[in-house]
Amino acid sequence: MDKFITLTSTVVPLPIENVDTDQIIPARFLKATDKAGFGDNLFADWRYDAEGRPKPDFVLNNPAYHGSILVAGKNFGSGSSREHAAWALAGHGFRAVVSSFFADIFRHNAMNNFVLPVVVPEAFLADVFRSVEADPAVTLTIDLPAQTVINNATGRSEAFDINPYKKECFLQGLDDIDYLLAHKEQIEEYERRAAQSH
Amino acid sequence: MNTTNHTTKTNPASPLPGDHQGTTLFEKIWNAHIVSAVPDGPTQLYIDRMYCHEVTSPQAFEGLRRRGLRVFRPERITCMPDHNIPTLHQEQPIGDPVSRHQVETLDRNAREFGLPYFPMLHEKNGIIHVVGPEQGLSLPGMTMVCGDSHTSTHGAMGAVAFGIGTSEVEMVLATQCVFQSRPKTMRITIDGTLGEGVTPKDVALYIISHMTTGGATGYFVEYAGEVIRHMSMEGRLTVCNLSIEMGARGGMIAPDDVTFAYLRNREYAPKGEAWDKAVAYWRTLRTDDNAAFDREVTLRGEDIQPMITYGTNPGMGMPIDGRIPALDEVPEAGRASFVKSLDYMGFRPGEQLLGKPVDYVFLGSCTNGRIEDFRAFASYVKGKRKAPHVTAWLVPGSWSVERQIRAEGLDRVLHEAGFELRQPGCSACLAMNDDKVPAGKYAVSTSNRNFEGRQGPGARTLLASPLVAAAAAVTGRITDPREGMSHTEYTDKTE
Repeated sequence: MDKFITLTSTVVPLPIENVDTDQIIPARFLKATDKAGFGDNLFADWRYDAEGRPKPDFVLNNPAYHGSILVAGKNFGSGSSREHAAWALAGHGFRAVVSSFFADIFRHNAMNNFVLPVVVPEAFLADVFRSVEADPAVTLTIDLPAQTVINNATGRSEAFDINPYKKECFLQGLDDIDYLLAHKEQIEEYERRAAQSH
Repeated sequence: MNTTNHTTKTNPASPLPGDHQGTTLFEKIWNAHIVSAVPDGPTQLYIDRMYCHEVTSPQAFEGLRRRGLRVFRPERITCMPDHNIPTLHQEQPIGDPVSRHQVETLDRNAREFGLPYFPMLHEKNGIIHVVGPEQGLSLPGMTMVCGDSHTSTHGAMGAVAFGIGTSEVEMVLATQCVFQSRPKTMRITIDGTLGEGVTPKDVALYIISHMTTGGATGYFVEYAGEVIRHMSMEGRLTVCNLSIEMGARGGMIAPDDVTFAYLRNREYAPKGEAWDKAVAYWRTLRTDDNAAFDREVTLRGEDIQPMITYGTNPGMGMPIDGRIPALDEVPEAGRASFVKSLDYMGFRPGEQLLGKPVDYVFLGSCTNGRIEDFRAFASYVKGKRKAPHVTAWLVPGSWSVERQIRAEGLDRVLHEAGFELRQPGCSACLAMNDDKVPAGKYAVSTSNRNFEGRQGPGARTLLASPLVAAAAAVTGRITDPREGMSHTEYTDKTE
C-alpha cells in the first residue's frame, strides 16, 4: 500500500450530518466480488438521476470542487458495515476524510484501506466549510507525523488523534493481517489457555 | 480464563479501600478473549464464531487466496447467503446474474475452504442473525463477528457481538482474531412495565430516538432493568439488533433463565453434562454490583408508546400519535439535514403522520422476522382484510420460522386476511433482491433502516413494529394499533 505521510489538497465539502454508508454506496452496487470500480458509484443516488445523468447541484458534479480530501458533517459513515464505502471513497481518489465525528465501523474500514479519518472540533469544521465556500481553491494540509491538520486559507491548525500503532501502519503502508500472521503462536497459546479454563 | 482486568476507570461509589472494583458483563467477556494488546495500539481479540454472507465476504476469500492461506479455524465459521436471495421461487436459478454470481461465489468459497454452510433452500438457511440464535450457534460468553452491522443482534444471548468490515473478515479467516480498540461501556436501564401494544421494537426505536442516531458511538451497551428482564428472548434479539442504529459497537443482555430456556435443546447448543457445565459458567456472566459504566441511561417503560419514524435515520422516531418536530425545535446545526430529510420523505415539520396513506408493508428482516413477530402480525389481522391498495411482503427470517408459522396455522390466518408468505431472506430491508419499493412510495417496514433509498431508489420508509405494520396493512393508513386490537391476544411474553 502507498504510505501516507503528509497530504496537501483542495477539498470536496459535504456539509451534511449523518451521511450513512447507504448514501456513500447504495446496496444495489454491492454485488461485485472484487474491490475495483466502486468509485464510479460513490454517492450514486445523490450524484446521478434515475437515468444516470449527473445532478448538477451535487458537489462531486461541480467542477469547482475536486481533490483528495473529503470534508463532511458530523457522524460520517453511520449504518451498514459495508467496506465498499471505503473502497468507493478510495476508488474515487479520496485519501482522507475530515469530520467532527465518525461512525465506528466505517472508521475501522477507512483505516484498513488507507483512507485517513481525521476528527476535528465542530468549530474547525465550520471554519473549513466557510473557507471553501468563499474560495474552492482553498487547501488543507494533513501532517500525519505531527498529527495536525491546517486550513491554509486561515492558517488555523488543529491537532488530531490516531493510535500510535495505526499511525505506524499508515506511515509504513502495512496492514493488520501482516502483523497478525507474524504472531500466530500467540493465538495458538491463547487457544490452549482458553480450552483449559472452561 | 484470562482474568487480567484492564479496566482503568475509577468508581465514584467505590467502597472501602482495598475493595476490588467490580467488572461489567462486557468486560468479563472482552477480557477473557484478549490474546494480546499491541503496544500503543488496539486489542487483539479472539473470535469464537464468525458468520459469513455473500455480500461482504468474497474479497476476503480472494485475499486469502492471494496470500496463499487456508482458513485457520474452519469449524468456527458458518456461511449462508441471505442478502441477495429471492423471496419467490428459490428453487429456480436467481434471475439477476450479478446476484447469482455473488451467491455462487459464496458456494464456491465455502466448499473450497471447507466451511460449514447452509446454502439456499437448506433447511437451516435464513438471515444470519435469525439463524445463529435459533440454531444454538450463538451462545452466552462468546465473541462473535460478521461482515454485517446487525451482528449486534447476537449480544442478546449474553455475548460480545459486533459488525466488522471485509478486511477484518479476512483477518478472522486467517487468524481467528480482530484488532479492536476497547469501546467505552454504557448501561441503559429500562424499569417499569410496557403498555398494551408496545413491543420490543418500540422499546428500541424509543431508545434510539432518545439517544439519536450517533449518540452511542464508541460505546458497548448493556441493556438492563425490569422491562428487559421480562422480555422474551426474541424481543431481546430485536432490541440488541438495533443497537447499531444509535452508533453503538454492540448491545448485550446478561444471560438468565429466559436465555437458558430458549437455548436448551437447540441444534448446536451443548447437551447433557456439557449443558450443565455451560449453564453454570453462563450464570457467572453478569455485571457485578460494584461495577461502574462510563455512561448510565435510565428510561421508564411507561413512557414508551408504539413508535414510528418520520425521517431518514432511525433516530428520527416518535410516538405514532405524535407530531414531527417543528423547525425551531431542531438544533440549528442539524436543521439543513432535517429539512433535506423531510423533503425526501414528503413530510412537513410539525405535522402528524396518523391517517397518512401507506403503499407498502414489509414484515421481516433480522429485526422482526421471527415467530413472535409473525404471531403479533397475525393476531392483529385475524378476521380483518388487507387494504386493497397495499402491497404486503411477509418474509420469514428463516426456513425454521417459516415451518413454525405453518405448524401454528398462522399461514391460514394470514391467507384468510389476504396476505401470502414469501420465502426467507433479507428481502426488502435493503432491496438487494427484487423486493424494491418504487420511488416516492411509502412503506411501513419492520426492518431497521429508513435511510434514503434503502428499500429502493426514492423509496420512503417508516420504521415500526409488526403491530403498527399490521394496522397499516389493514387500514391502508398510518394507524395506532391500539385502536384495533381489543379482540387480540397479543403479548410480547409469548415464551
